Amino acid sequence: MSDQTGYNFAYLDEQTKRMIRRAILKAVAIPGYQVPFAGREMPLPYGWGTGGIQVTAAVIGPADVLKVIDQGADDTTNAVSIRRFFARTTGVATTTKTTEATLIQTRHRIPEHPLSEGQIIIYQVPIPEPLRRMEARDSETRKMHALQEYGVMHVKLYEDIVRFGRIATSYDYPVRVNGRYIMAPSPIPKFDNPKMDRMPALQLFGAGREKRIYAVPPYTRVESLDFEDHPFEVQRWEQACALCGAADSYLDEVVVDDQGGRMFVCSDTDHCAGRRQGADGTLQLLLPKDAAQ
Amino acid sequence: MNDDRDTATPLLRVSDLGYSYGQRPACREVSFDLYPGEVLGIVGESGSGKSTLLSCLSGRLDSGPGHVWYDRRPDGLVDLATLSEAERRLLMRTDWGVVQQNPRDGLRMGVSAGANIGERLMAVGDRHFGTIRSVAADWLTEVEIGLDRMDDLPLSFSGGMQQRLQIARNLVTGPRLVFMDEPTGGLDVSVQAKLLDLLRRLVTDRSLSVILVTHDLAVARLLAHRLMVMKEGRVVEDGLTDQVLDDPHHPYTQLLVSSMLQV
Repeated sequence: MSDQTGYNFAYLDEQTKRMIRRAILKAVAIPGYQVPFAGREMPLPYGWGTGGIQVTAAVIGPADVLKVIDQGADDTTNAVSIRRFFARTTGVATTTKTTEATLIQTRHRIPEHPLSEGQIIIYQVPIPEPLRRMEARDSETRKMHALQEYGVMHVKLYEDIVRFGRIATSYDYPVRVNGRYIMAPSPIPKFDNPKMDRMPALQLFGAGREKRIYAVPPYTRVESLDFEDHPFEVQRWEQACALCGAADSYLDEVVVDDQGGRMFVCSDTDHCAGRRQGADGTLQLLLPKDAAQ
Repeated sequence: MNDDRDTATPLLRVSDLGYSYGQRPACREVSFDLYPGEVLGIVGESGSGKSTLLSCLSGRLDSGPGHVWYDRRPDGLVDLATLSEAERRLLMRTDWGVVQQNPRDGLRMGVSAGANIGERLMAVGDRHFGTIRSVAADWLTEVEIGLDRMDDLPLSFSGGMQQRLQIARNLVTGPRLVFMDEPTGGLDVSVQAKLLDLLRRLVTDRSLSVILVTHDLAVARLLAHRLMVMKEGRVVEDGLTDQVLDDPHHPYTQLLVSSMLQV
């Protein structure tokens, strides 16, 4: 149970949680549709995950095991603060292991380890409206969603190809959910877009400032937009992870000295540590050639 | 072109159309037929209701009393009020074009000229970059904009080029009906002349139907087959362009014609 007194379980009051759950149910029923909800003030600034926190607070139960990641890492400020927030206001168990978690709140990444049925992943979303950059009027974007007038999304991709010779959008890459709504997948790298397609876990998205919730139910089609002659592609690296030797994960570039030295490491810290875990429980350094063996 | 009038179906039929801003009527009891390939000029002074009428017709304002029928292939004349909003907007994107007086209203200023032309193609489902680009290039050539400007933003274009780009952007889906609101407004006379030449060529080559709103009688004489003269929201005179301009009957039309500058 919670070790804080004076707060309701998971900080929000029960009526607020019911309101958010209703919005979530509607969002699950209409995949990709942005459901407005009466977002509350949370004890952290907008842009730090107020939307994700409210969704998590509405779905979390005493038996849940929570994992919070920020840019793939469990130990960054945002992840640590939010994990501690829920540990203190709910008393639920927390973990850094993707496989052990029942709830994963994330900012900017989907874990490398495939999610399974029964898990819920909650994304923090800064700008829920994928059409926003092309159309500033909200009344108009709502109409465009309603009538499926999505031509302008391709105008943006067209501009990318004209300027860079390829689709240069690398994060928050627009997707079409269940063949109907165009959705902003939150600023995850497009590397993670294919993981959303027919994912066994439930995906929930919360935007606190804009007060919108949307969802992708398990096993729902999620297609990234592209052109016939410029198909969707994910990022690739010439290196493998310098710590665990993984050649198939999303890598962060880390500057290690002031001589121009740098290394590429997995952005998903749990994935990386899991691969390096020796039989005795200590972390090993795997060189890329060892990993290949 | 008037011989088969009685048998031909009009492209657009307007009856008793009106619109009021609050209590103030802007246009009243406007009725006319527009036939395929015909250019109809609407002239009148500022505030006579020309632009309001155009906005009503092109669906940018919800019309007040009256009806607008449009010959939608293949079902013949349909009352636009009976179409769903989705159908109306599809019609506007494909079968109609709207050329605004200020190209900034009709163009997407933040994306390149090529994307501006390609937008309608992508909106109707074209998903092949190469095709979209080559069609855009053809249209730039058609409106006499150099291909080296294709990837430039319209912001860097002159007024005349922006207006030509706007025309290309509208014509790319092969519309049958184009609404033009003062297409030559704000351009100097030599650019105006070039644009008029271009418009005349496009309209004849593609046998477009055009509803052209202008206060410039010279533009109307060059482009329009028929004229409607509006004053205080009503049509006071209509007929063939030459007939109206050379032999004006209504006192207001006489005033308009006599106010034309002679150089």
